[in-house]
Amino acid sequence: MIEMQDVYKTYSNGVTAASGLTVKIDQGEFVYVVGPSGAGKSTFIKLMYREEKATKGMITVNGINLSTLKNSKVPLLRRNIGVVFQDFKLLPNITVYENVAFALEVIEEQPAAIKKKVMETLDLVGLKHKARMLPTELSGGEQQRVAIARSIVNSPKVVIADEPTGNLDPDTSWEIMNILAEINLRGTTIVMATHNKEVVNTITHRVIAIEGGKIVRDVQKGDYGYES
Amino acid sequence: MKARTFRRHFRESFKSLGRNGWMTFASISSVTVTLLLVGVFFVIMMNLNSVATSIEKDVEIRVHIDIAANDKDKEVLKQQLEQIPKIESIVYSSKEQELKSLIDSFGEEGEAFKLVEQENPLNDVFVVKTKNPTDTVNVAGEIEELKHVASVKYGQGTVEPLFKFIKVSRNVGLILIVGLLFTAMFLISNTIKITILARRNEIEIMRLVGATNSFIRWPFFLEGLWLGIFGAIIPIAAVSTAYYYLFDILQQKLANNFIKLIEFNPFVYQLSAILLIMGAAIGIWGSLMSVRKFLKV
Repeated sequence: MIEMQDVYKTYSNGVTAASGLTVKIDQGEFVYVVGPSGAGKSTFIKLMYREEKATKGMITVNGINLSTLKNSKVPLLRRNIGVVFQDFKLLPNITVYENVAFALEVIEEQPAAIKKKVMETLDLVGLKHKARMLPTELSGGEQQRVAIARSIVNSPKVVIADEPTGNLDPDTSWEIMNILAEINLRGTTIVMATHNKEVVNTITHRVIAIEGGKIVRDVQKGDYGYES
Repeated sequence: MKARTFRRHFRESFKSLGRNGWMTFASISSVTVTLLLVGVFFVIMMNLNSVATSIEKDVEIRVHIDIAANDKDKEVLKQQLEQIPKIESIVYSSKEQELKSLIDSFGEEGEAFKLVEQENPLNDVFVVKTKNPTDTVNVAGEIEELKHVASVKYGQGTVEPLFKFIKVSRNVGLILIVGLLFTAMFLISNTIKITILARRNEIEIMRLVGATNSFIRWPFFLEGLWLGIFGAIIPIAAVSTAYYYLFDILQQKLANNFIKLIEFNPFVYQLSAILLIMGAAIGIWGSLMSVRKFLKV
């Protein structure tokens, strides 16, 4: 599914954010990525959807070798990976429906299929009734649900979430976790970078801890392992 | 590309013009202002150039043939002239014809010259025109060396500074137009860049959900095209209308000086096409250059 072998990433400013990452994540897993700020969590995640290119080592996602993947083929990789961010990244001047449909329009999906899939997905995240509203008219939790809907509307095999609950209050965070759990139940792999100790310790899954660009801990049913 | 996709790009390009209302306005205005300047300047330059060309065309070399030369000598001279590659045309004018045109040019007073018809003091003449008017001085010098040539006249002393003036003003005009175009491209692409900068989120999201680079580029390409075309409308209308009315007024005043302006048709239509193409090209260029930054290609 996702496999890294001895992966290094050094940025052009000389900072090394990944040094010797080796990991294997199977289809259907739910993985937390934890670690202090600046430890290399984001780089670890960005390497998976080829937002960053590894300096050294091999990465395979969905059977695609990212080290040899041409720039022009990156879009094809992305179509099988959903990405969710802390700051939602919704387009503010188009409706909730249009934001979700956007992901299908750009990959030239049939119009009839777009309508069906968007409404089904909005139903899944519980926002069918707000399809015509603008993102700015929604609460933070609702906006994140729209972002999740957009990331899964194309039925990707993996959803990568970079601190999806980072901007949300505890109650809303649980809502988001429930939705992610439901997506995971359908067989979608979920990789989630997080600082949310309570979530990690309550809904236990595999935990990968990163410090200084290295994996320092990788346990099934682990706990957060850091103070706060 | 599927027709449906193209329709989407087409729709999207117009939608985002509306969505980014003020930036659209700013971009179109900067295209308008610069194209207006370019247009006005172009009209002036082209007219000056056309006047200069018509003045240049009037310059001819009059080769006065030695009185002692017989018909055979003249034939030899003509052949020698024909061998000078820079010469375009050679017309023979006998001294009788010369006298007649001289008398005609004086009108009534010319009658006085009729007395000399029996003792014509003029020379037979070859009227020579060069292919390139600026070669006049050189060619004249060359002809002067030939046998049976009494003298060569081409308006010595007047022609040289005139040519120099025309040359300098043409170069200055060219430099100004090129400079103006560069300024225009810089200004417009900067304005468009700001418009697109505000939309980096949109591009980022498109990339995230797997849009190909060409898919992302298309709406921006079309948007740049519209910006350029809309920006060209006012300059085209203004320059055409102004030329239409000013042509009549100026033409009457200048006619006394033997200066002819370029006719409205087809000049203004050509100019309009140039402005339109220039607007479109600058718009597309500015737009694509700005998107490029976010595509990591």
